[in-house]
This record gives sequence, structure tokens and C-alpha cells, in this order.
Amino acid sequence: MTQWLDEIGEEEDIVISTRVRVARNLSKYKFPEYMSISESDNLTDDVLNRVKKEESDEYKFKRLRDLNKLEQRVYVEDHLISPSILKNENIGSFLLRKDEKATIMINEEDHLRIQTLFPGLNLEKAWELCSSIDDFLEEELKYAYDSDLGYLTACPTNVGTGLRASVMLHLPCVSMTGSISVIIEGLRKIGLTARGLYGEGSEALGFLYQISNQITLGDTEEEIINKLDKVVHQILTRERNTRKYLTSNRLVEMENKVYRSLGILKYSRILSSTEAMEHLSNIRMGETMNILKNKELSSAIKLMIDIQPANIQKKLNKEMNSKERDIERARMMREFTLGVEV
Amino acid sequence: MRCESCGKNEAKFHYTKIFNGNIEEKHLCESCAVNDYDFDFDFENHFSMNKLFTGLIDSSVENNKEEINLKCEKCGQTYSEFKSKGKFGCDECYITFKDKLDPLIKGLHGHNHHKGKIPKHSSNHIFLKREKDILKKDLEDAIKEERFEKAAILRDKLKGISSKLEEIKE
Ligand SMILES: [Zn+2]
Ligand SMILES: [Zn+2]
Repeated sequence: MTQWLDEIGEEEDIVISTRVRVARNLSKYKFPEYMSISESDNLTDDVLNRVKKEESDEYKFKRLRDLNKLEQRVYVEDHLISPSILKNENIGSFLLRKDEKATIMINEEDHLRIQTLFPGLNLEKAWELCSSIDDFLEEELKYAYDSDLGYLTACPTNVGTGLRASVMLHLPCVSMTGSISVIIEGLRKIGLTARGLYGEGSEALGFLYQISNQITLGDTEEEIINKLDKVVHQILTRERNTRKYLTSNRLVEMENKVYRSLGILKYSRILSSTEAMEHLSNIRMGETMNILKNKELSSAIKLMIDIQPANIQKKLNKEMNSKERDIERARMMREFTLGVEV
Repeated sequence: MRCESCGKNEAKFHYTKIFNGNIEEKHLCESCAVNDYDFDFDFENHFSMNKLFTGLIDSSVENNKEEINLKCEKCGQTYSEFKSKGKFGCDECYITFKDKLDPLIKGLHGHNHHKGKIPKHSSNHIFLKREKDILKKDLEDAIKEERFEKAAILRDKLKGISSKLEEIKE
């Protein structure tokens, strides 16, 4: 799994991944929340018939109701489907492209959610692929569309382009110096939003933030993509400058942070996913700041996914309680640290 | 402190999530935290959006009779259901509730007109529809101004477009 992370991405010292999705509905049916199971099966058949005609080898098809809970969670943890589609277990399904770069979700909040996923910063490519899949489907499926409001969606926050473009960033240094709050406030003012997971302290878990557009109506898709791209580049410059500043002025403190994390990962016997994420994030930071020898950068990120609950259970092919997972997770971390050069 | 999800076990996980400048705190026990999507590396969630924007839907016109009777024929959703949920039931809800949507759409996006992609295949249909709306308005104006010759020409044109639209539908 996480095949989509295999190639090296642009700006990979900071940018983890780029994701673009569009929301589409077919005018023939009510939106998923109001659909019966048989109607939703008809819609699924419509989509499958379209895909089968030309692209059937490219995609594998899964119905949620044919997957067990663990299998469903693995797809979510790998970012290949959204967590909210699991709420529609009876009617939801998805087509996953063999290279994992694209997923067509059927009967999520909207009839179709076309998602593309790339490692690193790759907004233009992600949009191109997403748009071409959209065009391909639209050749035979009639979309709900209004000349004033654009593509009609279940939620008014998606109407218009139906486009959500997002970039996941690793921002340890601007987080530590506190300037992240200024950045987040600034983003809000220009119609972008930043989301992070917050741990016990005030910093985002693993210093990971997802920046995305909030507004979907009134700008063209290209304008939305370009604006996000520009802003992300500004944030990259800021993070890199802060990294430089900290390397020349606070080197001992930074080394201390990185080596402590390395020590914990090397010797722990029980690790929660939250704690493991925090330390992996520091290892990655150490690698980009040349405190640790720079090996394959994406390995710490892949590990952040591999240590999630469903992925661990899938790997060992058995159900495990949280204590068993914490023990296995610590074992995986010890193995990982063997490859980290000091 | 008790877990806010099950209310039974002791809450061991405490975290704060920042979304759009709003702070939400969560206190969960171990087993609920495992099942909580927000907790595990998930950013796609747009949990509190609905509560945020249902406030934008016209709060001024309460208890309006006509509003109470407003109901979408295709999916059966009423306007008051839409107001509390913030979600449409089908594409025709957009037409049924059209007169009331402007403040909501503008409040959310700052715009009320789509500039981006047009579905290639059905674009013919959309352009015809756009033309039909314009003709309709011209026709109404012509009748109001009692310019009946002009009105007759417009009416014929309108008929032509309507039948073309019907053809495309089939
Ligand atoms: Zn609980
Ligand atoms: Zn409706």
C-alpha cells in the first residue's frame, strides 16, 4: 500500500502530498442521502458501464459493503478514500486506479468524488488528471449543472467548481517559533484554510498541516490552483528561512530535540500512534536540517501511515487491541532507527 | 473526566483541533479515540461547517407561510429541513429554493456566479437554456410595452429553442 508515495515529489523537504478532488452529481438521481439502495445501485452501474467501456483495466472496483471494517480503515489511513464515505457503507463504493493516483468515489456526500493524489507539490498535474477523468465520465453521464451556480452539490460549500485542492505540509520550524498562527490567520483572510491535528500541547501533531481552498464558486479552477500554489511557495520560503535561522542560532537545542526523539524511538517498548508521529516528525526535521544523514526522506512519512491502527493489523493479518498495537508499533520503530545514520 | 463520546470510561485523550481559527476540544476514552477519525491522521473532515453556515441562511424571514409550504418535488425535502441541515436533497432543490439562496451562496463564497468549467457534452444544452432565459425576458418586456409584432417574432424563436432543448433531453 501507499504506492502513491513511491516516487520523489517536488519540494519534498516540506510538502508531503498534493490532493485535488471535484464533486459531481448526476441529474438523473437524488443526492446520496436521499437515495434508496436500489437507486444507488443503478447509479453505480451507470458509472461502472462508462468506465468499463474504455478504462476497465486501469481501475479496481470495491463496494464498501463487501469490505470488512479493517479493510475499509486501511483505505482511509492510506488517504485513498475519505473517512466520510464510510458513513454510507450500504451504498458507497469506489474505483481505485492501479497506480493509486486517482480514486473515483461513488455515493459519498455527492454521487461522484474524483480524487487525485501525488507525492510532494504537484497541483498542476493533480488538477490535469482530475479534470481529464471528469471529462471522460461526463461524456456519457449527465451532470447536475446550472449556468449560474455551476456544478450542483449536496453541500452549498462545494457548489460551483466542486473543487477542493489541498497540500499537506510539514512545518516544524514555523510551528516552534510560533509564526504558524500568523500564517493561519493570513490564509483565512484570502479564502484558504489550514487544518492541523492538535496534540496535548499547542502544536499540531507531527507539525502536519493541510492547506486548502475554502471557496469553490466565482474563481476558475486554474485561478484556485494558482493561488494555492503561490501561497504554498511563500510558506515554503518562510519554513526554509526559519530552518536556516535555527540551524545557525539554536543548533544545540535542535539537535537535542532530534536526538531525544531518536532515543525514544530506538528504545521504547510501547508507543501510541500519537507519540510515534511526534517523534517521526522530529526525525524527518533532523534529516532535512542535516542533523541526521539524509536518507530517503519519504520513509518517515510512509511510516506515519504504516503505524496507524488498521495498517498494523492488516500487516500482521490479525485483530489486535490497542496495547498489542502499541507494542508492535514500538518494534517497527526500533527497526526503523537501525537505518537512521547519526 | 468522563469520555464525551460514550460517557462511561475515563477520558484519557484530550486534544484540540483548530479549524478555520475555531478551536474545538475533544476528550475521549481509549476505545472511543481509536474509533475517532479525527484522532488518526485525518484532515479531510469538514465537521463543523454546517453549524457555521446554517447561520447564513435567511434568519430574518421566520414563520413565513409561503416558506413553510416550500417543498422540493424531486426529493421531498422542505425548506425548513434544508435550513436545519444545510444540505440539498437533489439538484432540483436549487431551483425550488432559488429565491432564498442568494445570501447563503454569497455569504459562503463572496460570489454567486460560476466562472469555471462547463460540462463539454451538455454545454450545448446549457447555452440554449441561457439563450432561452434571455428571450423569455425580452418577450415579457415586448408584451408589457405592447410591441406585439416584436413579441410574435420572439415567441417563434422561443418555440424553436424549446423544441431543440426537448430533442437534446431525449
Ligand atoms: Zn468512550
Ligand atoms: Zn430536492
